[in-house]
Amino acid sequence: MNKKRARRLRELLGCALALAAACVLAVAAHAQDDETERAIEKYRQMLKEDPWSNPGLLDADRGEALWTTAGGPNNVSLEGCDLGKGAGKVDGAFAELPRYFADAGRVMDVETRILWCMEKLQGFGHAELVKRPHPTAGQAVKELGAIATYVASKSSGMRYAVRLEQPAEKEAVALGETLFYRRSGPFDFACTTCHGASGLRIRLQGLPQLSNPEEARKVVGEWPAYRVSNTHVMTMQHRLYDCYWQMRLPELELGSEVSVALISWLTRQAAGGEIAAPGLKR
Amino acid sequence: MRHARAVLLIASIAIVFGARAAPAQEARAADAARADAAIKSALTAPADWQSRLVPDETMRTCSAHRNHPPVDLAQAIAQRARAAIVYPVDGKLLGDWHKGEAIAQSGYGLRFTDYPPRMSNGGNCYACHRLSRQELSYGTLGPPLLDYGKARNYGAADARAAYEKIYDTQASLPCSNMPRFGSNGILSIEQIKDLVALLMSPDSPVNK
Repeated sequence: MNKKRARRLRELLGCALALAAACVLAVAAHAQDDETERAIEKYRQMLKEDPWSNPGLLDADRGEALWTTAGGPNNVSLEGCDLGKGAGKVDGAFAELPRYFADAGRVMDVETRILWCMEKLQGFGHAELVKRPHPTAGQAVKELGAIATYVASKSSGMRYAVRLEQPAEKEAVALGETLFYRRSGPFDFACTTCHGASGLRIRLQGLPQLSNPEEARKVVGEWPAYRVSNTHVMTMQHRLYDCYWQMRLPELELGSEVSVALISWLTRQAAGGEIAAPGLKR
Repeated sequence: MRHARAVLLIASIAIVFGARAAPAQEARAADAARADAAIKSALTAPADWQSRLVPDETMRTCSAHRNHPPVDLAQAIAQRARAAIVYPVDGKLLGDWHKGEAIAQSGYGLRFTDYPPRMSNGGNCYACHRLSRQELSYGTLGPPLLDYGKARNYGAADARAAYEKIYDTQASLPCSNMPRFGSNGILSIEQIKDLVALLMSPDSPVNK
């Protein structure tokens, strides 16, 4: 990272602190919703003006290094990994995921595909890769997530161009839709409990109505995203894992049929939306 | 044979036109059994958590109808819920609003990181409801409950309705988004009484 970039990052972190202070003031002024939203929008605007300032890009850089460096028991890089557009082709690959992979015989999102490549090409054990795949608050995103951040960043600015037309892909989308409305657990929660209506919040956190393609298009392409509150990048698989935790359900396995189906359905909902990954979240 | 071919041809033309007529994203949702099986394999649960993966009849109905059940099924949900409500043995419905406020603030409990339990479960009411003027970090998934008791003149029948609402929301609003705090064993009867006190006491922050 060069000096200019480091300085810019410091400025932005300063802005994040100012933002936090602005939030407190806004709360005191009883106008916290609008003020907070405006402050975050300003922060996002600054990030757009200088695309190098999102801390999540450090993880994208780390992910790129991990992608190109030989590793794992087989000591090979991931450049032989086919993300759907041919071995080693990363540009625009994320915009076409999830998709069906004939070699794996199933539909995969970006993280599930990277998991598969780390397993099949690099020789990592599946169990160890999915054991603790997500960072706790304050920890940096794990290697797989950093690679996913890198891959997603290479489609940033593009629009989702997923087709999801093959039978297995259609099946994944259909399963994802059913899961979105499926209640379970001691709280009776489904995804739609929080994401079925527009303009609502949980505590102060705004909730996108993911059943509405217009809202899905605005947010789905922002993942993986850097979360200011947890100071790390959170991937989409991690986002869903956290939702299931909040729903009082057991741990959602990374790369499971459920997570892939939900991501497939969400991506279908977001069809045509712009990818802006890594995004930035409260 | 030729006749059969002609029928097949006509049938396939009809299928093509039928498919064309339907919008592209009109893919049918998967059935519930398919989703159940996927959940069972994706969520690694210890034996005593297996029941969480299996929705009861109320949840099944609400999922299948996307929270808009037909009238007969809605009535069945409400009836089952009413039958499940357990009232305090001493008949007193108002507990301690101070404790109620703490329960309303706490989102602790029943998540996989909450074991072994370090404290009693919370109701997390503020996550979805505005309850008091001083707490500004409240959600809007549920209706605001400011002045709940005051607006009802602190009536005994309203206290009872509040108790029932918290114990099992499905009794009054089938397919409500709110958890069934009593029926599902999230909160104890004592804790629900504390929440009723929070809503129905004149000196509670809800009514100040």
